[in-house]
Amino acid sequence: MGPSGTGKTTLLKLIARQLYPDRGQIIVDGVDIATLSQRELYELRKRFGMLFQNGALLTDMSVFENVAFPLREHTNLSDRLIRLVVLPKLHAVGLRGAAELMPSELSGGMARRVALARAIVMDPDILIYDEPFVGLDPISMGVIARLLRRMNDALGISSIVVSHDIKELAEVSDRSFLISDGHVVAAGTPDELRNDQSDMVRQFMHGLPDGPVAFHYDAPDYKQQLLGTHK
Amino acid sequence: MTRLLREVFSPALEFVRNFGAMVLFFVQLLRYTPWTFVRRFGLVVGQVYNAGALSIVIIMVCGLFVGGVLGLQAFANLERFNAEEATGILAAFALVKEIGPVITALLFAGRAGTALASEIGLMKATDQLSAMEMMAVNPMQRVLVPRFLGGVISVPLLTAVFTMVGLLGAHLVAVELLGVDVGAFWQQLQQAMDVEDVYEGIIKSIVFGVVASLLAVWEGYSAVPTAEGVGRATTRTVVATAIAVLILDFMITASLI
Repeated sequence: MGPSGTGKTTLLKLIARQLYPDRGQIIVDGVDIATLSQRELYELRKRFGMLFQNGALLTDMSVFENVAFPLREHTNLSDRLIRLVVLPKLHAVGLRGAAELMPSELSGGMARRVALARAIVMDPDILIYDEPFVGLDPISMGVIARLLRRMNDALGISSIVVSHDIKELAEVSDRSFLISDGHVVAAGTPDELRNDQSDMVRQFMHGLPDGPVAFHYDAPDYKQQLLGTHK
Repeated sequence: MTRLLREVFSPALEFVRNFGAMVLFFVQLLRYTPWTFVRRFGLVVGQVYNAGALSIVIIMVCGLFVGGVLGLQAFANLERFNAEEATGILAAFALVKEIGPVITALLFAGRAGTALASEIGLMKATDQLSAMEMMAVNPMQRVLVPRFLGGVISVPLLTAVFTMVGLLGAHLVAVELLGVDVGAFWQQLQQAMDVEDVYEGIIKSIVFGVVASLLAVWEGYSAVPTAEGVGRATTRTVVATAIAVLILDFMITASLI
C-alpha cells in the first residue's frame, strides 16, 4: 500500500523483472532475479501469475482463448483437457457464461476477472496483483477478495497485492507494507498498521487530508499563479 | 555556442540513435526468424493472409489503373514516331522494373504497414506485450517475427499480382481501346524483356518487403504507449517507408545498370 506515485507498481515490475534494477538485489524464491538469463527468467515466470491494472487481455482472442493462452503456449494438452482446465477457472471468477465473448464486449471489471482467471490457469506459485479491486462492483470485489484468500490457503500460493483498498486488503492479507517515496515506512499485520500511531501511517490508513503526505502536487504560490505573475 | 551546436546536432544524434536501435531490433528479428518459421508457421501463414491476401483487392485495382495510364502515355508518345506497337515493351519495363515494386511497397505501407504499426503499438499501450512476457511467452516470437515475415513474404507476391494486372490494364487500353495489334503488343514485349529484367523487379520487391515490414513492426514496437504515440507511429510508418523505398530504388537501379 502507499500513496499514488510512490513506486508500488514499479516495485511489482522490478519483482517480475519487467524493469531492471539500477542497483541492489531482488531475491525471488532464493534467486537474484537480475542475474537470470532470458531462458531462466521465462522458466521462473512460468511459476508466476500477474494481474495487470487494466487486465491486459489479448484483444484478438475470445475470453476462453485468453485464459487458455498460457496452456496452449506451454503445454501439449488436448483441446478437451484445456477445456477442463479453463472452464473451472472462468467459473471461479463468475464468467463461465462469457467464455465466447471478445474482450471488447467486456466491462473493465469483467476484463480484470478474466485476467485473474488467466493468471491462475497455470496454478502458479506466486501471484502478483496490481490494483485488483479497482473498478470492481462491491459484489465482484468481495468475491475476488475471498477467491484471492482461498487460493492462497488452498494452493499454498504466495500473493503480492498492490492496492489502495485498505478494507478489502485488510481482510485478505497476512502482512502489509506501507511504501512512501520508495521506502517501506511501516510493516505488519493489517491490525498493527491500523493501530500504528505514526503520522504517515495514520494519515494513510484513515484517509486524513492533513499529514506528511501532501494532497497537492508541488505548485507555486496560489495567489501569484491566479494573478498571472507566475506561470 | 555549445547550446547552438547541441540544437543543430541533436536531431542528427537522435536519428543515429534510433537507427542503431532499429538495426539491433532487425538483428533480433532475424535471430528468431528460423525458429518462428518452423515452430510458428501457422502464425506466419495467418499474417500472410492479413498483410497479403487482404491487400489483394486494392493492389489489383491500383495495378489495373496504373497499367492503363502507362498504356495511354506510352501509346500517345510512341504514336508520334509510328512505334505504337512498342507500347507493351514500355509498359512492361516500367511495371516489372520500377513501378510494380515501388507502388506495391507504398500501397503495402499504407494498408498493411499502418495496420501492423497501430496493432503492435496498441498491444504495447494496453500492456498486452508485457502480459505475454509475464506468461513466459516471448512477444518477439509470438507477435513481431510472424508479422515481419508475413510482410516479407507478402510484398513480392503482391508485386507479382500488381505487375500482372498492370500489364492486363495496359493491354486493355492499348489493344482493346486504342487498337494496337495484339500480336505486336505481346510479341515485342516478350522479345525485348530478359529474365534479368524480371530479376531486378524480384530483387527490389524482396528488399522493399523487408524494409516496409521492418519499419512497420519497428515503429509499432517503439511507439510511445499513448493514443498520440500510436498515431504518430502509424504516420511515421508510411513516411519512412516511402522515403526508404524511393532511396533504395535509386540505389538498386544504379547498382544494376
